[in-house]
Formats: sequence, structure tokens, C-alpha cells
Amino acid sequence: MSRLRINWIACEAHGMCAELLPERITLDDWGYPIIDERPIPPELEAHARRAAEACPTFALVLERAEARRR
Amino acid sequence: MSVSAPPATLPRLLAGMSGDGPLPLSRHLEIHGSLPAFARRRGDSALALVNELERSGLRGRGGAGFPTATKVTAVAAARGRAIVVANGCEGEPASLKDRLLLERVPHLVIDGALVAAHAVEATDVLLAVDESATRAVRAVDRALGELTRGGPHVQLVTVPAGYVTGQESAVLNSLAGGPPKPMAMAAPIYRRGLRGRPTLVSNVETLAHIALIARHGGAWFRALGAPGAPGSTLVTVGGAVAYPGVFEIETGTTVASLVEAAGGATAEVRAFLIGGYAGTWVPADLGYQLALSPEGLYEAGASLGSGVVFALPSSACAATEIAFIARWLSGQSAGQCGPCVHGLDAVATALEQVRGGAAGEGALARIGRWAALANGRGACTHPDGAARFVTSALDVFAAELADHARRGTCSACAQRHLLPTPTAPARRAA
Repeated sequence: MSRLRINWIACEAHGMCAELLPERITLDDWGYPIIDERPIPPELEAHARRAAEACPTFALVLERAEARRR
Repeated sequence: MSVSAPPATLPRLLAGMSGDGPLPLSRHLEIHGSLPAFARRRGDSALALVNELERSGLRGRGGAGFPTATKVTAVAAARGRAIVVANGCEGEPASLKDRLLLERVPHLVIDGALVAAHAVEATDVLLAVDESATRAVRAVDRALGELTRGGPHVQLVTVPAGYVTGQESAVLNSLAGGPPKPMAMAAPIYRRGLRGRPTLVSNVETLAHIALIARHGGAWFRALGAPGAPGSTLVTVGGAVAYPGVFEIETGTTVASLVEAAGGATAEVRAFLIGGYAGTWVPADLGYQLALSPEGLYEAGASLGSGVVFALPSSACAATEIAFIARWLSGQSAGQCGPCVHGLDAVATALEQVRGGAAGEGALARIGRWAALANGRGACTHPDGAARFVTSALDVFAAELADHARRGTCSACAQRHLLPTPTAPARRAA
């Protein structure tokens, strides 16, 4: 399972992610994403990937669980 | 390894301090003895040292309290020639301990950095000091001149002053010639830090402890203090106490004993700020009883952070103090991450309005929500710390803040704030 992570320095509050993945992403008062931290289930994986790819600043990252290392 | 460990008494780090200048090398060696040969010669096994650090139970003194042996082991295991960075960029305005060490016992910090360099087999040591700490810079520079050559390359580097500039990735950014701002690291610093090399970034107090552990052993270190986070620790005491300043205590010492060591309270204390401006407010009655150790502070939701204990007297206006520091924290944002830039500014503005009675309905709840939202949403932990400061203040000073929200400024509002900032240093509490 994968997780969403945000590069906060890169994020410019375009808000595309919340449009494409409302199941897991909402926006705060200034348009910056609030991410649901739970792992992405398989049925949402394609949507999550699309949201990450659509981010104009590449700030939204979909991290694969197996690629995560401490 | 410790042949003749001295007795477990205080002071340790601050031993022999007298007059005002730095302890010269000769006096430093009289007090502490020389480093054991293993800690000075390269090529020897570093393992014994790491084992001794493990045994000591030393945790980092920069704020996060991470186990030092774990960090050292990670750097030692990473591929490539390691670098040690002594972090002497004390951005916390209410803390003076790192500056004190650098100004007065620079050789202890340098020894610790050399020992750490040995443990991780580093070829370079960088001593990063806040450029505004001119006495510290001079003391370290002079101490480096007293070193005998050989061993790793040791260099003093000054970095711009500021609050978030001391965060470890910001220090690395500065050292690499970039802006003194936190950055998103592509890999953990212990694996790829400065110049892409494994990097041990360690607070200068942590290194000073390492210098003594190398001499006297881990068992000696942990003969003092709370078992979970042993040893002595430096605490900066401020606010309504007779003798504000830096004190070396055993971890686990209660706030009441610390206040007594600082000459006692000079006024009725309303609340204690524990851990600095990224720390937690605790009401006085609970605060006095707290033991200054991770376990002891856990029940109050606090941690010792950078080692600050500030006693806010009842005579001060809590709303003024909180609004002032919230504004300062907002101004210290590196300006890189939206939730920090907008969230902290909104929190500060609303707190200023609450103080003046102009915030309107629901302002305190809104501040709480914004503070909670800032938490965890940045490249560094500045928004987390600011959120902790504000959230705990909303809780502890609920009555005062509600009163201001309803009635506006109070009679104590006109006093100048007690909590220090670099441009408005501490004044004596009434």
C-alpha cells in the first residue's frame, strides 16, 4: 500500500489534488492540502497516482510502502 | 574503560568556570584530564566508543532528545567519508546554554566533536556558530588555535542568526553556501548530508557530554539523572526568579528545586513555559512538581526541548506575552511552506485581536483550529513547535484570554513583555 506525502516547500496551493482525490485530500483556509494519513487502498491507488501526476509543482508524492526506508 | 572515574557529582560541563573568559586549554586539561588515546588516534576501532555512548544513554540536547548512540551508529554505518557538524546555532531566544558552553568551555565542545569524528570515522569537523554570538565565535577561534595538529580537519564556520536557522537541514544549507533555511532532504542526513556525505549533526551540549563520556565512561555518565534519559543537562531559567541564567542539573530534578537553585521565585508564578518557544505552557501548581525528564514531563504533555524553563509571574499579562511571541514566531517562518506562512500569521493576528478585545465571537476556537492545522505541515518542525506553544497557552491561559476577548486590554497590558526575543532581551521580572 502507498501513502501520500507533500513537499511543503514545493506546494503552491493549486488545489488540483483535492479535486482529483477528495476521498483523501481537503484544503485548508488558504488552499493548502490536508492529507488523510491512512495508507491508500488499492481501489484508490490509480486516483492517487493521477492526483500526484497532476500537481503542477510535483509537490504531491505517492510513496510506495515497499520503497519507504528509514 | 574508565580507569578512575571521578565521583558522580555536579557540575560536570560547567566545572571550573570562573571569571568571564573561556577556559584555556591548560586549565581545561587540569579539570578534565586529556582525552584517552583511543579517542584521539584515528584508525582505532570506533566501536568501543559507540558502545560507551550506548551504555551512557545520552540523548541529544538540541531539542529532539534522540538517542545519541543510535544517530552515531547510523552515520558510522553509512557509506562514504563522514562529516561532523557541531551545531552551535542557538536560535531559541530564551536559551543561553549553547552560547555559554562555546564562550566559556570551548575545548569541551571541540573535544566532543573530535571524539564524535573518531566514532564515525569522519575526516572533517565543522563547528557552526551563530554569527551574532561574537564572544562564542572568538572563544572557539582562540581554542582552535591552541589545538595540536593532526586528526580530522576542524573548522569554525559562522552562520546567519535566526530561529529556524539552527534546524539541522538549515545549518547544512548555510554550510553549503545556500540560504539559512530548512530544506527537504532527498535522503536522511546521516546517509547524505553535507556535500552528499554521511553527516552527524549534533548539538554542542551533546558533544560536550560526549567529551566526558569518552574520558569517564557511560556508567559514570548515567550515575546521575533519570534512568530513561540520564546524566546532567543544562537548563536556562528565566522570568520571575532571583538569579536567571544557565544551571547544570541532573535530569529528573523538579522544577521546584530548579527554581530554588535560581534563588527562588521573586513573585507568584502563574505558569511555566517548558522547552522554549517550541515548548509547552504548564500551570504553576502542576509545573512546580514536574520532574525535568522525558518521563516526568510526559504527563504535562511537555518536553525539555532546548532546556528552557521560564517562570511567568501572575503580575504579567499572559495575553500580551502570548500574542507577542506568536507574532515573533510567525515572523521567524522561513517563508517556504504555505501552512506555516499563512497559519502562524493568522494565529498571531487573531491573538493580537483577542488581546485588544477586537476578535469577535469564536476567535479562540479558530486560533486553536489554525494552530492544530499548522502542526506537522512544514518542511521543518517550526510550525509544530509554534502550534504547541499556542495550543498549550490557549489551555493554560483560557481565563485570561477569554477575559481579553470580552473586555479588551487589562491594566497589565501596558507593561513591556517579559519573554525575551533577540531584539527585546529579557528584563528583570517585577
